[in-house]
Parts: sequence; structure tokens; C-alpha cells
Amino acid sequence: MSTQTKTPLVPFDEALTRYEPVMGLEVHVELGTNTKMFCGCATEFGAEPNTQVCPVCLGLPGALPVVNAKAVESAIRIGLALNCEIAEWCRFARKNYFYPDQPKNFQTSQYDEPIAFDGYTDVEVDGEVYRIEIERAHMEEDTGKSLHVGGATGRIHGADHSLLDYNRAGIPLIEIVTRTIEVPGDKAPLVARAYVNQLRDLMVALGVSDARMDQGSLRADVNLSLRPAGTTALGTRSETKNVNSFRSVERAVRYEVGRHAGILDAGQKVVQETRHFHESDGTTSPGREKSDAEDYRYFPEPDLAPVAPSRAWVEELRGTLPEPPSERRKRLQAEWDFSDLDMRDTIGAGALELVAATVAAGAAPQAARKWWLGELARRSNDTGVDLADLPITPEQVAGIQALIDAGRLNDKLARDVFDGVLAGEGTPEEVVASRGLELVSDDGALGEAVDQAIAANPDVADKIRDGKVQAAGALIGAVMKQMRGQADAGRVRELILERLS
Amino acid sequence: MTTRLHAADLAAQLADGSVTSVEATQAQLDRIAAVDGDLNAFLHVDAEGALATAADVDARRAAGETLPTLAGVPIAVKDLINTAGQPTTAGSKILEGWVPPYDATVVGRLRAAGLPILGKTNLDEFAMGSSNEHSAYGPARNPWDTSRIPGGSSGGSAAAVAAFEAPLALGTDTGGSIRQPGAMTGIVGVKPTYGGVSRYGVIAMASSLDQVGPMARSVLDAALLHEVVAGHDPRDSTSIDAPVPSVVEAARRGDVAGLRIGVVREFAGEGFQPGVQRRFDEAVAKLADAGAEIVEVSCPSFTHGIAAYYLVMPSEVSSNLARFDAMRYGLRVSPEGNPSPSAEQVMAATRDAGLGDEVKRRIILGTYALSSGYYDAYYGSAQKVRTLIAQDFNTAFAQVDVLFSPTAPTTAWRLGEKSDDPLAMYLEDVCTIPANLAGVPGISVPIGLADDSGLPVGGQFLAPAQADDRLYNAGAALERLVPAPVLEEVVR
Repeated sequence: MSTQTKTPLVPFDEALTRYEPVMGLEVHVELGTNTKMFCGCATEFGAEPNTQVCPVCLGLPGALPVVNAKAVESAIRIGLALNCEIAEWCRFARKNYFYPDQPKNFQTSQYDEPIAFDGYTDVEVDGEVYRIEIERAHMEEDTGKSLHVGGATGRIHGADHSLLDYNRAGIPLIEIVTRTIEVPGDKAPLVARAYVNQLRDLMVALGVSDARMDQGSLRADVNLSLRPAGTTALGTRSETKNVNSFRSVERAVRYEVGRHAGILDAGQKVVQETRHFHESDGTTSPGREKSDAEDYRYFPEPDLAPVAPSRAWVEELRGTLPEPPSERRKRLQAEWDFSDLDMRDTIGAGALELVAATVAAGAAPQAARKWWLGELARRSNDTGVDLADLPITPEQVAGIQALIDAGRLNDKLARDVFDGVLAGEGTPEEVVASRGLELVSDDGALGEAVDQAIAANPDVADKIRDGKVQAAGALIGAVMKQMRGQADAGRVRELILERLS
Repeated sequence: MTTRLHAADLAAQLADGSVTSVEATQAQLDRIAAVDGDLNAFLHVDAEGALATAADVDARRAAGETLPTLAGVPIAVKDLINTAGQPTTAGSKILEGWVPPYDATVVGRLRAAGLPILGKTNLDEFAMGSSNEHSAYGPARNPWDTSRIPGGSSGGSAAAVAAFEAPLALGTDTGGSIRQPGAMTGIVGVKPTYGGVSRYGVIAMASSLDQVGPMARSVLDAALLHEVVAGHDPRDSTSIDAPVPSVVEAARRGDVAGLRIGVVREFAGEGFQPGVQRRFDEAVAKLADAGAEIVEVSCPSFTHGIAAYYLVMPSEVSSNLARFDAMRYGLRVSPEGNPSPSAEQVMAATRDAGLGDEVKRRIILGTYALSSGYYDAYYGSAQKVRTLIAQDFNTAFAQVDVLFSPTAPTTAWRLGEKSDDPLAMYLEDVCTIPANLAGVPGISVPIGLADDSGLPVGGQFLAPAQADDRLYNAGAALERLVPAPVLEEVVR
């Protein structure tokens, strides 16, 4: 545990007047293969504990691993999509450490021979492009999960006992490690967020992972250090682990900048340690201190043959890559006829792929943008859940827009439909039906309400009869009130004018 | 008496109906009951399972089914090899009572071929030792003199075959653990080419060195068993995907006329017991008389084999044995005086109580050799030596077809004689280790009794990778030229 005294948090903007942040991001992507990295067990999320296990992933005596070829293929495609070199020959290594959720007490990983290395990807923030250099992308297996029971926090301290679930043990992971990221300090949190967001979009486009941060199939570790402005030597870094939303990536960077600045201002030294990020208040707290005693004793995994992808195979896989992100952004902007500002906002909100999917499902681009950047962004902010993780699909958003386009909903009713879908009440059609949200355009029901409104507002009716058509608004308002907003306003207007002309 | 028959002869009698598998299996079980109290070769005997397999084979044979050659011939299996439903302890307290839920691939192949499995044989804990004295269940003993060690680590398998408790056994060989006990007990033992036999379900000692192989009282018997267990296994990534060399055919041939046999200059002299050296020299002379061309070859890197081995092997051991941590299976010990220990404390207490001194010694050595700052000097250098040894083999095999040496520098020593001197014990493997480091195959064939100790001596042939058939050819020839010593009865 950290022994340093608590120093005050320096406001982010103030910190940047004296220090420059240097970041490094390590992102783990859980591959969506049907089977695990080294055995034939299923990988389905949420299964009963310890039902997707076998001698290999339980580390039983005598069991041996066999590499999942599909995982290697995914790793190569990820590497290529990140403009990496693909190793002609590489090995797995054993990372040795004891922990109960690790069945063999070593993790089969890659160490100094990653499958992919020396790449980059360009992310865009506020219209500026930043190149993120990729040091490596390597294959490894996930660990099991520990559940600590009986303590107040769900953490190991204070727990009575722990339960172990090995379903996740052996699920294929790709770890993508950046080189140090040095961007203008004020952009750092957004660049970090945009990078993780872009990785997610890439994984989905590649079809290699569902890349859901909320389910842990995409996990980001944020390494950050500060150095005095204008200097070049790197400071001591902290490693904030398992930050599980795009928004939290941004917040973690902001928080750590302020925390480091406070420590450095006080003349103290930053402790190299791992830290946990807390969604509730956006702070971090110390986890394990990384001491020099942590020695993983890596050595080449003797139970696995080296991986030597042929150049022909690599080129074949290169042919299966999706469009690169920067080209995709340009093409979509042109297709959608978005202004630079529209595009910047869409990317900034992390909504590019959501809008694209909504458009693909039939919505007009501006309508898709309006919902994701308006109504849904607001709900994302209110709940702290990333847009992509909101319980609504682009297809559903397009469905709601189609109901509006068909005149069956107006924007106000549509918001109620969003409420229903987000609350898990079913598809837009189901919500419309169960909540009775459809617009009334039936002349019988509307005519009756119009007649009542005319009778209740004789002076307004007279003005309209005198040719002041704009006064119809007051009557329309009265009808809408009567119909609890579910009247087709255009039809109401027509009916009023018919009766009073 | 079927217990003294070679497996090939028993198979012939089973095939012609002069004996049933149930009779033969029962005879082995009776023999085990009679002598194993003195030998401690078996850690577990599965009379019921063996007899059930035997009865099944007999019934299928009676029904006219065509059966594999060795169907009905009983076998003993080293207790490092998983047998579903039968305990597998690796000779360690940490796995006492553990029953694997799955068969090793080789055990599955034994079952498919109809061999009744008599039981599980004693070994040095996790196969770490050359004497069987490191078994947590007491040492197996040498039937030629029960005050002596049977060799190790497959000492139980060797003693069982030598003492007619079983006609066949499976062993494992990481640095000589089949060949050296074979030599010490006067039987045949083969370490196949690395990757020739699946390691799936075989509790790992050192993954890059371990290999399962046959132990028998004749070269042909070993070859018959070799063909049952060898061949590609998709569950073992290091398994070779190529046809198994025709070892049975080679064992039947047994002809050294024109064969170029290299005698390794480095495997003689200091440390080699004179009685062993004399038997070896005689064997060389007889091979020459039979038409072999004897060539002296030099393999200078072989002398560094032990040093490299005692870095590579413990390094892999330190990682392979990490899984024995009380969390999922096996022994669990809570630290004394601690009512609510952490998982880490339980792991430590369990490993302290459940693992023996030799195992701990190697885990410590390996942990050190892999440590940051020492890796290059130790593990890295050892891997370079491995490459040099492989180059020496390549150079040698460019000149000769096989290499020939004593299997071990001495005959069996007395229990306890080397217990306080691990280094002396390690030196016993000087002739066998290079084959493991290079992945090439080796066979030990009995070449008589040493005139100074009266105990069995073994001669070892080594061949290039995937040329296991050369071993069986040369071994069978030698077996005819120098008949194996015959044990009349266990010498108590």
C-alpha cells in the first residue's frame, strides 16, 4: 500500500500549466471465438459458473494446450488493421505467478515475440488527427474470476471466503499496447477516449469481438505520468486498471493528471503502482504496489509449437480487412452530407458507428444523428453508461424513426417509446402497443376533440373565422392537451380550418 | 507359467487359444501378490479393472473378432500417466488419492488395443530421480538385489517387468528415466523420438524433455508396445504428425551387417565402473564380429549435457509444478495456528507439506534460473548448449547410423548410498541426458552382468530423430549376440 501522505488534487487545467501528461494505453480484447484459446470449451458469456471447463483450462495434471487457429487468425487481422508487422515466427511464453483464479499458476501469453508489432492508428479529436503508435498486439489467455463473499466491498479484504469461476479461464485475449502517447495536455483525456472508442469500432468492424466494455470484453488500462512542462525525461507512472467505459477512460486520465500534479507540487514522488478506477466518483485508489519483487520468470512455452503464419495467409487475411477508420470517416461524411461540425460532434460523442448502423437500418442520417447525439446522449450522461452500451440497438432507433416518418409517432411520443425500449419493455412496436402511444389521426375522435375546443374557446374561434389563421395554434394546443399529446397535429389543424372557414 | 513369457509369445498363445487373457492376467496378479511386498513396484493394483478388460478380450476373441496383436497381454503403467478412474499420484503426497477424470492418450490407446492394465507403478516423485528413492510412498527395489535401487525414475515399471510381475510397462524418460532403470534391472527400455508418443495426460516434469516409452524383456516386445502407443495426437502440439517408423519390422530384422556404429569417446573413463566398461567393450567387439563398422566419434558438447539439463529441466519443473496449489484438486493443508488463512498461505502450507525435498530442490533451482537478471546466464546459456549438443548429434549421424555407449556409468547402488549427494546421483544420467536435450531416440538393451558387481549392465543405442527403427534393429541384433541375463528369482 502507498505510504505517502494525501496531497490535494490539482484542477486539470491548472496542472497543465506546469506539467505535460504522457500516456500509454493497454487494451485487452476478448475474442469472440466459439472456443477457448487452448481447448475446445465454449466461451459464452454468463453461463453457470464452472460449466465451460475441461482438463486443459482447469490446469489438471497432464493436460496440454493446443492453439486455437481462429484466434491466431483474429490476432493477425487485428494486427493488420492496426498497420502492424506480422511476425513470421513467434512463440508463446509462460508468465509465472501464483493466483487462485489462474489454474496453472502461469498465464500462457506472448512476451518478447508478439504476433503483431510496430503499427499505428489515427484517431480524430475535434477535427484534429492524432497518430497513436502501436508497440505490439499479442495473444494470451484470460484468467478465471474470483468472487469474494462476505465482505462489505466485494473485495478480498474483509471477505469470509472466495468462490472461483473458471469459465473465463482460457478465453482468448489480444492485448494491444501503445507506445507512449504525447499529445497536447488538454487533448489527452479525449485522445485516450477516442483511441479506445476507435479500437472498439475496429473490433466490431473486424467481427473479432463484441468489444463490450460493460461486459469486460474490452478492458482498458491507462498508464499515466507527468513531467514538468518543456522537459523530456519520463516521470513515474501509475497504471489504472480495468477502466470499463469510454467516459471513464477520459475521466481516469483527468483524475490522474490532477492527482500526480498534487504529489509533484508537494515535492513528493509518485509511487509506481496499479490503481482502481471508481465509476461512482471518478477517482482512483491504490491497488497492488508493483514492487521489484514481481518477477514473472517468463520463458518460452515448451508445450506449444511456434506460430509461423505464412506470408500468403497473411496477405489473404489482409484482403478481409474492413475500411480503415480515416477513410471510413471521410466516406461516411460525404454520404451523409454532414458538415465538418456535425461530423466532429458525432465522432466526439463516440456515435459514428451507431449512426452508421442506424442509417444502415433505414433512418435518414440527420435523424439518426439527432437521436444519438440528443436524446440518447442525454440519457448516457445521466446514467453514466456509454452510448454504445445503452440497452437499445441502432435497429431499434431506426425503427422508432420509421414510425415517425410514417406519421404514427411525433417526437414527443418517440421519447416515450425510447423510455420503454430502454426500460426493456420490448421492441418499439411493442412499446407503442403496450403503452398506447400511437398518434390519433382518426377523424372521428379528432373531430370530437376539435368541436369541444371550438366550443370552449369561442373568442379564438371568432378570430379564425375573421381570417386570423395563426390563432389556430391555441386551438391545436387545446386539442393536443385533451388528447394527451397523441393527436396528429397536422390533421387537427386541417379539421379546425375546415370547420371555421 | 505365463508370467515368464515375453509379450510376443504370450500374445501368440492368447491368439491360438492355449491360454486366456483372464488366466494370464490372474497369473500376473498372483505374481504381484507374491513378490511386490519385497519390491514395492506397484503403488496401486487394479485387479478388478484388469480382469474385466481380460474377460472382455477373451469374449471378443471367442466371438471370432480380429484383435490387435497385444490384446489381452497385461501391462503396468507408471503412476505419472493418467488413468481415468484409477488413482494417479506421480509418487507425490500432493496428489495422494487423486483420481484423474480422463485418460492419457497413451492409456486410451492401451485400452483400445485391449491391454489389461494391472496397476500403477512406483516412481521418484514427479519422476525426479535416478533411484526411485524419492518416491513419497517408499522406494521400489531391484529384483536382482532388493537392498539395491532399481534405477529411476521409472524404477517401479523396471522392477515389475524384471521380476515378472508384468511382461510390459510404460515408463517416462526425461533424462534417462526409462533407459537407466532398464539397464539397472536387465530389461529393455526405449525413449522414443521427442514428439513420437503423445504426452497428453502424462503429468509433466519438463515438457521439452519428457517422453513416454516402452519397457519390456525383449526388443521385439518393446517394439510391439511402441507401435500401440506411438503416433500423432492432435491434443499434443509437440506430437509429430508423421507415420510411426516401422519398429516391429526392425526388431524382427536385427541385422547389423554393414551398420556404422559410433562409439562416443566422451562416454568412457573416469566415473565409469570397470565392470560396466568391460561388458560394454565386449558388446562392441561382438557387434564388430557381426559385421558392424565401429567408428569412434567425438561429441564434445555432451560433457556439458548434465549442466544444461539441470537448468532447463528445473526451470520447466518450477513452472509445471506450480499448479499443485490446493485450489482445485489434491492435498490441501491449512497452516497451523491460523484459523482463517489466505489462499496464498494455504498454497504455501500445502506445497511445503505435500512436496518432497528433491522436488523442492528442483523448483528452487528452476525459479532461480528463470529469475530476471539470471535468465540469460542460466536458462539462456543452457538452451545454447542444447543447440550445440544437437549439432554434435548431427555431425555424428553424418558419419554413423547409430551411436553406442553404456546406458549408465555404474550398476545399481545400494539404497541410501547416494542419498546425501545429489550431484553424484545426477552424474548417473551423463550418457542418457544428451538424447533428451536433442530430442533423439534411445534404447537400452541388457549386455550381461558386470563381473565386479554381478548386476545387470545396459548398452544404449541412439539414433537420429524419427529413426527409432534403427534402435530396434541394432538392439535386436545385440540381444541375439549378447543374451539378456535371466533372473531366476527375486534376490532378497
